[in-house]
Amino acid sequence: MLRRIQAETDPRWNRRAFLKVSAAATGGLLVSLYLDRPALAQEAVAAPPAKVFPPDAFVHIRPDGTTVIQVNRLEFGQGIHTALPMILADEMDADWSRVVAELAPADPVYADPVFGIQMVGQSSSITDSFTQYRELGARTRAMLVGAAAARWKIPEGDCRTESGVVHGPNGRSATYAELAEAAALIPVPKKIRLKSPNAFRLVGTKTRRLDSRPKCDGSLKFGLDLDVPGMKIALVAHPPVFGARVKRFDAAAARAVEAVRDVFEIPLARGTGVAVVADRFWPAKQGRDRLRIEWDLAGTERPDSGRLFAAYRDLARTTGNIAVARGEANAMHAIPESRRIAAEYEFPFLAHTPMEPLNTTIRLDGDRAEVWAGSQFQTSDQLAIAEVLGLKPAQVAFHTEMAGGGFGRRAVPDSHIQREAAAIAKRLRGVPVKLIWTREDDVQGGYYRPMHVHRVEVGVGSDGLPTAWRHVIVGQSLVAGTPFAPMLIKNGVDSTAVEGAADTHYAIPNFHLSAHHPASSVPVLWFRSVGHTHNTFVMETLVDELAMRAAMDPIEYRLKLLKPDAKRVRSTLTLLQEKAGWRRSVPREHAVGIACVQCFGTAVACAAEVSVEEKRPRIHRVTVALNCGLAVNPLTIESQFQGGVGFGVTQLISKGAITLKDGRVEQRNFDGYCPPYMKDAPAAVDVHIVRSDEKPTGCGEPPVPVIAPAVVNALFRLTGKRYRTLPLTTL
Amino acid sequence: MTALQRMAFVFLLAWPPNRTASDHAARDHGTSARAASRSAQTEGVAAWGQIYSVLTHPRCINCHTATIYPQQGDDRHRHFANVVRGVEGKGVAALQCVSCHQQVNADTTGVPGASGWHLAPLSMRWQDGDDRILSSAEVCKAVTDRSRNNGLDGPGLLKHHSEEPLVLWAFEPGRGTDGRPRTLPPLTHDQFVDATRRWVDAGMPCPKAP
Amino acid sequence: METYQLTVNGQPMEVTVDSGTPLLWVLRDELKMTGTKYGCGIAACGACTVHLGGIPTRSCVVPISLVRGRPVVTIEGVRRDPVGRVVQDAWVSHDVVQCGYCQSGQIMTAVALLKAIPKPTDADVEQSMGGNLCRCATYVRIREAIRIASGELK
Repeated sequence: MLRRIQAETDPRWNRRAFLKVSAAATGGLLVSLYLDRPALAQEAVAAPPAKVFPPDAFVHIRPDGTTVIQVNRLEFGQGIHTALPMILADEMDADWSRVVAELAPADPVYADPVFGIQMVGQSSSITDSFTQYRELGARTRAMLVGAAAARWKIPEGDCRTESGVVHGPNGRSATYAELAEAAALIPVPKKIRLKSPNAFRLVGTKTRRLDSRPKCDGSLKFGLDLDVPGMKIALVAHPPVFGARVKRFDAAAARAVEAVRDVFEIPLARGTGVAVVADRFWPAKQGRDRLRIEWDLAGTERPDSGRLFAAYRDLARTTGNIAVARGEANAMHAIPESRRIAAEYEFPFLAHTPMEPLNTTIRLDGDRAEVWAGSQFQTSDQLAIAEVLGLKPAQVAFHTEMAGGGFGRRAVPDSHIQREAAAIAKRLRGVPVKLIWTREDDVQGGYYRPMHVHRVEVGVGSDGLPTAWRHVIVGQSLVAGTPFAPMLIKNGVDSTAVEGAADTHYAIPNFHLSAHHPASSVPVLWFRSVGHTHNTFVMETLVDELAMRAAMDPIEYRLKLLKPDAKRVRSTLTLLQEKAGWRRSVPREHAVGIACVQCFGTAVACAAEVSVEEKRPRIHRVTVALNCGLAVNPLTIESQFQGGVGFGVTQLISKGAITLKDGRVEQRNFDGYCPPYMKDAPAAVDVHIVRSDEKPTGCGEPPVPVIAPAVVNALFRLTGKRYRTLPLTTL
Repeated sequence: MTALQRMAFVFLLAWPPNRTASDHAARDHGTSARAASRSAQTEGVAAWGQIYSVLTHPRCINCHTATIYPQQGDDRHRHFANVVRGVEGKGVAALQCVSCHQQVNADTTGVPGASGWHLAPLSMRWQDGDDRILSSAEVCKAVTDRSRNNGLDGPGLLKHHSEEPLVLWAFEPGRGTDGRPRTLPPLTHDQFVDATRRWVDAGMPCPKAP
Repeated sequence: METYQLTVNGQPMEVTVDSGTPLLWVLRDELKMTGTKYGCGIAACGACTVHLGGIPTRSCVVPISLVRGRPVVTIEGVRRDPVGRVVQDAWVSHDVVQCGYCQSGQIMTAVALLKAIPKPTDADVEQSMGGNLCRCATYVRIREAIRIASGELK
């Protein structure tokens, strides 16, 4: 198409062309990992200098009419591999049946326009790239029209476009493929006009995913499936206690396994480990199993869940760093004991366990390296690999592979997997190596959703609404010590730990929230919906308790308690009332629980119908109402919400917790750590989207926080018990 | 016949102790015959005790559940991945026992195996619905009830304990996913068969319910 | 190392591997058929499901030495079966997948279910599919796709 992607002609790049984008086209984009901007996506942002994104990095029209659209972030199931191209293709008036999407490699041009790095997280893909991809499509269309107008010597205004064809007067037409070469010579227009929303042909329609068929016939290659000629497989024996180091090891039995090529110690993000390199996965595993390693545990913390919870409970009784201090600090004193509720909550470590085990493939070849990884953080991962290999990022070609799930596990500030792989690739200089983390490595390897203790005291007014709220949250900081710290830690409070509580949409006049962030050697990480996983659970179960005390319907109560400007949440609760009328007549032994959240800009309300079966909650039906502004692909959104509420059940599963005993993780694999299977998840989920033309916000994480509190709220009505310690072990 | 001769004659009738318990020929012949019979009974019940100790070991009892699921491990927790009994104890259409369990142990992957891997029928449950192991008396009653045990009489039970692949498996149960050998029942297979033989010869006596 | 003959999707194959190598890794690493996935290695997730001698089997725990000539059908070949075609098409038309990593195993399991029970009840579906993990929790759409596929079978 417009300015063909410059293929690197070096035959060593045997898989994909390395993108070269000219300096003129980039318009001076800068990528800064260390952000100096204080705002997050959902806060008001001072308009950045207008960036002109060059279409050639994003769109390629092949001579046969195939339109290849680059997706500037990882696809790991959330559907942006389809949604982002829809947005661009719509403005471009492309022929959707000829559109192919590709995951863009690491390059500054693919940075998220708000964060300034190439990443996916915080459900921000559509939020941040909606306008960007519209403009790309509009620019491309404008250049194609310009080429046609020039060819036919007519005003551009006399042309119209539809489905990959430019039509001129008197029946003249030309396909985009025919015009592509000429269009490439047209200067990229800075000012373009975007469609009015009622002209959308794709955006807003239920559009099937582009990646379905290859995911259903075994042909799609995930990172774990790649086979680079001459590739070796590496497994690493990690310390059984975080931070431990290898004291000595005996590799004789490991090396005796046929096809094991090398065994050596390597540095890790914490401590050291032993790498086993073999021709294939199975001998690598046999080799690793036969390693005899003596670990040096001196100086390690040896965290223990029991001891940590005890320490956290103590901390929760003291005020921490202030997150919110609204109204009167002593308001609680004025409220009689009989109108106070005190509650303590405990949440365990959670493991993400995406279905595709973590992996990275690297080949170091002189002053070049090539990487294949399903990464949520391409910019920083590329930087980390370059650092370990002693190269510049531009010397590291980083291919983004389709990933089998992320949930935040593939967005790691310390790039530990990439560093591990790079250390091995460095040693194997010239030989490509795929580092694989087995499921055991994954379950035991840390980077968990942190454990938390909450202590809340609520003072209830005579009208049944809360007038005073004192809340202490204890949990490790996710971003302390990472480049995100300056942006996300204020006054000693990590905003990711308090989101969902600090920014509550409820009007509680005297609201005091503080947080303690104890340090621990357990590596922690954001887990799909992050702070909302625990904060929403606390807020929505307490509000439910308040509603019951006030003898009010739980939806009515929430509507009454909402801040006047909580429009999106209000709209979802109202829609839920309309769509969940069934909750008035459920069978005996069934009960309904309600919960709502505003998560990363999207509001969600749900009703869950629950009974107790085999001492477990059985979720028969969930009705969800959501407001994400403009719904780009209602089909994907429906899937995300049906799946997200299933994912959110993770917190409730009795074997769904990671526990440590004297420094060692007690779970090993899916036999000891059990995510939700089919019978744990809701049997039926109906999804309803509030009609809106507001700017779209994301749908990947918002479904997750509501289901656990909704189920537990229903359970109270069945068993009379409040469940404040997760996971649920007995009912 | 002298009294001594009569006693010797009775003694001969009551001995050897592999007469059935219902063979009360000795009943009318005095204390020593009853004592001999009681001794046989006691030894038979003791033999049953040995059998019970094997039957209730995890390698056996994990598949003799009262529920829709098998158990695993020495702590007898519910089998992972929601595997269920199915109508014939062989699992369900797309998740069968043999979906994973092959004809022999797969030690490199930690999955036990034997020919025809499946659950014992519910009639041969040795636990209650809360996974609590039944008493020796209750299990003995179940095992000897021909309407529940697939019609097996004494010789049939002996043959089952001697030759059934899943029984043999319990004594060579292979390694788990952690690479460690599975724990063994308290008797060897030979000892188990021997105890069974002694128990069957004693007339398969069951201990009295407490 | 030993040499094994096996039939995969109707094609004869020969591999030379250690006898304890699971069928999963023979398929993936020796035959380069990566449609069958590694999710856990202990048969807890079902991502590795193939059909072995017609039985849905978790290939990560079956050593190659125990295959013993039984024919193997994988996701790459399930379309040769009319039930396989119907199931795959239902999966696509109903937009079941999200990340897709578990779906080879889900489809192989669903095909086995529908071959045995063309009109399964909800309970049949939940029991037969209940051991397959989907971290994206696409279970609702899996249930619906099975209903759709079932409706298309005679």
